[in-house]
Amino acid sequence: MPDSSHLQFDSITKTFPGVKALSDVSFSVRSGSVHALLGENGAGKSTLLKILSGVYRPDAGKLLLGGEPHVFRSTAEAIRRGVAVIYQELHLVPEMTVAENLYLGHFPGRFGWVNRRKMRADALRQLEMLGENISPRARLSSLPIGQRQMVEIAKSLARDATVIAFDEPTSSLSARETDRLFAVIRQLRDQGRVVLYVSHRMEEIFQICDAATVLRDGRHVETFTNLSGVTRDTLVQRMVGRSITDIFGYRPRTSGEAVLEILGLTGKALSAPASCVLHRGEILGFFGLIGAGRSELMRLIYGADKPTGGSIMLDNRAQRPRKPSLSIRRGIVLCPEDRKKDGIIPVRSVAENINISGRRRFSPLRFIIAPRREKQNAQSFVQRLGIKTPSLNQPIKLLSGGNQQKVILARWLCEDPKVVLLDEPTRGIDVGAKSEIYNIIFSLAEKGVGVIVVSSELPEVMGVCDRIIVMRQGRISGVVERAGATQEKLLELALPISDPQPLTSVDTRKAS
Amino acid sequence: MTAQSPPIQGKTAGAHLRGVWEKTGMLVVLVVLLTCFTIFVPYFATWRNATGLSLSIATIGIISCTMLFCLASGDFDLSVGSVVAMSGVLSAVVTNSTNSVTLGIAAGVAAGGVVGLFNGFVIAYIGINALITTLASMQIARGLAFIFSHGIAVGVSNPDFFTLGISQTHLFGQLFIPTPVWVMIISFLVFATLLNRTTFGRNTLAVGGNAEAARLAGVAVVRTKIIIFTLQGLMAGFAGVIEASRFTSGQPNADLGLELDVISACVLGGVSLTGGIGTMMGVVVGVFIMGAVTNAMNLLNIDTFYQYIVRGGILITAVLIDKLKQWLAA
Repeated sequence: MPDSSHLQFDSITKTFPGVKALSDVSFSVRSGSVHALLGENGAGKSTLLKILSGVYRPDAGKLLLGGEPHVFRSTAEAIRRGVAVIYQELHLVPEMTVAENLYLGHFPGRFGWVNRRKMRADALRQLEMLGENISPRARLSSLPIGQRQMVEIAKSLARDATVIAFDEPTSSLSARETDRLFAVIRQLRDQGRVVLYVSHRMEEIFQICDAATVLRDGRHVETFTNLSGVTRDTLVQRMVGRSITDIFGYRPRTSGEAVLEILGLTGKALSAPASCVLHRGEILGFFGLIGAGRSELMRLIYGADKPTGGSIMLDNRAQRPRKPSLSIRRGIVLCPEDRKKDGIIPVRSVAENINISGRRRFSPLRFIIAPRREKQNAQSFVQRLGIKTPSLNQPIKLLSGGNQQKVILARWLCEDPKVVLLDEPTRGIDVGAKSEIYNIIFSLAEKGVGVIVVSSELPEVMGVCDRIIVMRQGRISGVVERAGATQEKLLELALPISDPQPLTSVDTRKAS
Repeated sequence: MTAQSPPIQGKTAGAHLRGVWEKTGMLVVLVVLLTCFTIFVPYFATWRNATGLSLSIATIGIISCTMLFCLASGDFDLSVGSVVAMSGVLSAVVTNSTNSVTLGIAAGVAAGGVVGLFNGFVIAYIGINALITTLASMQIARGLAFIFSHGIAVGVSNPDFFTLGISQTHLFGQLFIPTPVWVMIISFLVFATLLNRTTFGRNTLAVGGNAEAARLAGVAVVRTKIIIFTLQGLMAGFAGVIEASRFTSGQPNADLGLELDVISACVLGGVSLTGGIGTMMGVVVGVFIMGAVTNAMNLLNIDTFYQYIVRGGILITAVLIDKLKQWLAA
């Protein structure tokens, strides 16, 4: 099989201290196909991608490119051999122009002089081949995220990549940008390139991929050379090693009186004052596109950003969000959207990350550390939430995304909160950990906590929430009860209106 | 929650060994150094030299306690050398003019605290980076030192003023512990406790690890930073007073470049310049390595010119070893 399987993984094994990340993984990928790489977090997908891109070297085994064995010693070598990996976090320089980004590291020109004209012309050609209308002179930071990704793709094409791997490429794209991306991926496939596609979104896999390989706990489970006829349930079952009929596991409850009322909160990212009510024991969804203002509203409620106007009522007491520490003491907590940037303290231990806030409850004078209580507290949450970690002293950055999220939940559970704000609680988290997190959400609500779940995933808001608030362009556009929630209805409320709103309804800052 | 490996697994032997190295790596280096010096450097292992060595690192040792907090919180402070000079001069001037040693000491320490508070306020509250802020206050404090002293060393006439720097306690045999060394030892203990056993210490590390995440987790980031810099100023001021007392005068051009020696010692002790990582044990070891090497070179009559090169070499080697460890771990 010389040509048909351009990329082969042959008995790849990689061990990290305490973890066998990959053991004896072998499968091949045909050129001219889009091949999905599936598995829960910690299954070994990222490690495999990093071996492919030369970040890691395997302990054993090799890669075969077009039948030729390779072990990349550096990312530069992988790039020279035509391998490009496009990560979730794009590797571009925001301050540079599009053209400069495309040719970063190998500017056209001689003796260190950059031939700018040629560079711009080449860049324009590359972008046009992708059907993108982006000016090579544009500063990268001025582009929307979808176009930046196109620049990253063009960059790998400029380097003649024959193998292109995408790691969760759609996690921050709008629906329209996703469609554009898929069109480009199909184009790449039809040119005979090898496309590897890593995503947690099952719908996408069936939409774009021709074949799939499932990894679990660092082992190869199965490779489907043809996805037609394979069901979603089959794939999920292979990924988690069991069948999940309903990963949400919705548990109906009756909700009580209002616990949190939001009264006309205004802030920079909101185009109109936001008002809504959250009840005791209720799970309230916030759906909308990226940039609709949901995360911004959560930050205002939490006091992470200062509201410019409006107030909240917590347990019928009027308050103004001022700062996070105050909100925590009042009983409102937030799991932020960007776990790495705003959630975890990467270099500190699991125990430190759990106790950072709750320790004041058992620290005498709120000043003296009680080591035994801290250890007990961390230990009990690690067990209760099933946090997988070699020890309490493990730096949290070494944990998988799902386990990091559980640590942050543990941090807030020991605060005994009244209101929990969860911003994209399952983003980048594998199926198994997802259902565990849903389980935690339901038990919180059953204990009478008011829970807000912000999510960009329709199935998630529909599967988990009792009531769904939809936001669009910085304002609340509608409220839908669980019973009446359909995909069409939610999307209709979420999609931007092309006609500009009449001025009277935009300028409502005085209304509160 | 279904079939999972048990949440807490035992450490592998390798991980355990690495943990031991993480904790004691530089300590091993120190012990090896001390052993070598004892064997090869004449007079190194004498009570007299031990006293001299510990006295020579007292200033750096005292200031490195708070520099640890600065670095651990993700910042650093370049003004400490100038603050030492300024506080020394001021305590001498105030002691002379009021004839009160207490007032003199208080003035020196407080002046350091004011500079620290200024640094903390500008860095944490206004949000100007630590490099620029402390570079500025370094110049200002040095300028004040010259202004207070009119550019010359200020001798103190009241002999009570010298107690802090010159007195010593007799332990046994020929071992004397000078008061500045006591201050250093007590500082090590106090700040170790502060770092490990108080919310302030834990918050310091959290702020250095990820300031925004710490803020969203309810940590008072601004307050923590202001306290750190104020403590840094107070300790540098105190060290300046002790030094003036030891040398019986306040010298406006004392301790040029001290800040870099202090930061070097901390880095040598494994404190991360990007924040979030650091232990007092490491800092103590770092301070002693620097001190022992300088001391040994002095005993061997190695020219000061070469000493600079050796100290720079040690620092870069330590950082390279650390990098090597990271590579091996990856």
